Amino acid sequence: MSAIDAGAAPQPRSARLRRWAVPLALLALAVAGAVLLPRALYVVLALDILLYGLFAVSVDLLLGFGGLLSFGHAAFWGSAGYVAGLAAKELRLAFPLAALAGTLAAMAIAVPIGYLSIRRRGIYFAMVTLAFAQMLFYIANEWRDVTGGENGLQGIPRLGFDGRSVGRSADFYTAALPLIFIGYLAAWRIVHSPFGHVLVAIRDNEARAQALGYPTARYKLIAFVLSAGLAGLAGSLFAIGHGFASLENLHWSKSGEVVLMSVLGGIGTLWGSVLGAALVLLLRDWLSGITDASGVVTGAVFVALVLGFRRGIWATAGDQLRRLGRRSG
Amino acid sequence: MDPGYVTLQIFNGLVNGSFYALLSLGLAVIFGVLRVVNFAHGAFYMLGAFAAYLLGLNAGIGFWPALLLAPLVVAIAGVILERLLLRRLYGLDPLYGFLMTFGLTVFIQDAMRLRFGLQGQPYATPAELAESVSLGLTSYPAYRLFVIAFSIVVAVGVWFAIERTRLGMVVRAATERPELTRALGIPIDRWVTGVFAFGVALAALAGVLAAPMRNVSPLMGGEAIILTFAVVVIGGMGSIAGAVVAGFTVGVLSSVAAILNPALENIVAFALMALVLLVRPAGLFGSVDPT
Repeated sequence: MSAIDAGAAPQPRSARLRRWAVPLALLALAVAGAVLLPRALYVVLALDILLYGLFAVSVDLLLGFGGLLSFGHAAFWGSAGYVAGLAAKELRLAFPLAALAGTLAAMAIAVPIGYLSIRRRGIYFAMVTLAFAQMLFYIANEWRDVTGGENGLQGIPRLGFDGRSVGRSADFYTAALPLIFIGYLAAWRIVHSPFGHVLVAIRDNEARAQALGYPTARYKLIAFVLSAGLAGLAGSLFAIGHGFASLENLHWSKSGEVVLMSVLGGIGTLWGSVLGAALVLLLRDWLSGITDASGVVTGAVFVALVLGFRRGIWATAGDQLRRLGRRSG
Repeated sequence: MDPGYVTLQIFNGLVNGSFYALLSLGLAVIFGVLRVVNFAHGAFYMLGAFAAYLLGLNAGIGFWPALLLAPLVVAIAGVILERLLLRRLYGLDPLYGFLMTFGLTVFIQDAMRLRFGLQGQPYATPAELAESVSLGLTSYPAYRLFVIAFSIVVAVGVWFAIERTRLGMVVRAATERPELTRALGIPIDRWVTGVFAFGVALAALAGVLAAPMRNVSPLMGGEAIILTFAVVVIGGMGSIAGAVVAGFTVGVLSSVAAILNPALENIVAFALMALVLLVRPAGLFGSVDPT
């Protein structure tokens, strides 16, 4: 889809400081922003934004950097929620361990799904991932003893390492923040690693990458599994945070919703996805007080986005900033 | 195992297969010429059922005229959407068409939910076909037999139109070598709207056929479309024969699997898709290029 310049130019020594200072400053800014977010909104919405943001980043990791549009990422978000929920509820695991269990489960599920899906490219890849996600939806629906079927898995506890419950949502938000940041940092690290650069090369010209000796199928599969892990981490914390894992989180509309967030933010911008997630959730939160037609609005936003705003917020805003800079300079 | 029940399930499978075949047929025709994977195909199927229901409710138009009128009405809606929206995406990555039609699906589905609610509306089986017919081992509703026969006739008709007529020749040429076809002076773009309307009409036709059997509900299209995607991957996108054969195969195998365990019914299509991806990624009838 859109082209991204991810090439790393060799940097002179003097740039070394800047190379670290800028990301560190941005990181500090992001942490401060995340800590302050619940003061601007209510805490549940703030948590949702960060988690859906990570979910959308996982989709962008595949789409923007691997050229693979997964239309079935709810499979990982949703099933990780069930696994984390069961780990917390039945095994009484502390929430970081339960989230780890959910993340690993999502990655394990992603291995066969990814292995089969990457045999097709482009639009077919989207269709195949969508279909596999729907299969998991049916399985979860039928497997009522474990998933609770249509009632979902209710009463998931938010346990700390001391075995006591993290009662207040604000406390859970603070406690979960480090885990969420690990997820974001992992995404950033993957994109800026040699692995990430090969991924971009495969996206731009798979035959050439193959000719250069890269086992492209293996790269794509690893990217798929890593992306599923991030979606799984987000989905686990979402289920634990809400105390509830449900079929809705496996539904195809959830897969579409997260793609919307990612595209709205800007394909291949990574952080744009967080912005996209925030926008969609804020819009929905605002609409829920006014109307019951959130699907109508979401659908219309989707259509308008594809028609006139394909590059997304992040890239468009970047252009505007550069244009302003040029005018003043 | 009761042979009567097995027969019953095989026929149920053929009925389900009829719907898969009609839906994937329309999807294949649209994809062939427009290069758009029409996610909204399920929504058009649902609109077809609603069109029949509303024609009956408001104008007293019965099943038989509705079988012709409802697809026509929905096809007109399809033409408007193609002219207004889809047209702007030609030449872009097909993923954008997929995304836009997904957005349309969410929009249409939610708009219908707001208007009609989620509980299904009943639609009467046409009086001529309300009886059951004896099949020897079991008796079977005449209407369902009609659905099977009618779908096969439509599928053969579409196959004939595409393989044996001049119009079909243009469609095939446009599908396989769009640049070359244009270079030969054939105005593909003029056919595009017509082909889209035709594919949409097929989906709506399936919707009208479904109305007397299934509840007419805003959600009926969502699950149908994903199963259709699985069918299309199995058959090989763009192949008419593939769409029909895979549709009936998935339908029958799902129903037969349901004899062993009802939970399997919804899973078979996806398991079959996984198998095809493993053994023959381009699909059973697909061309060599597996992208």
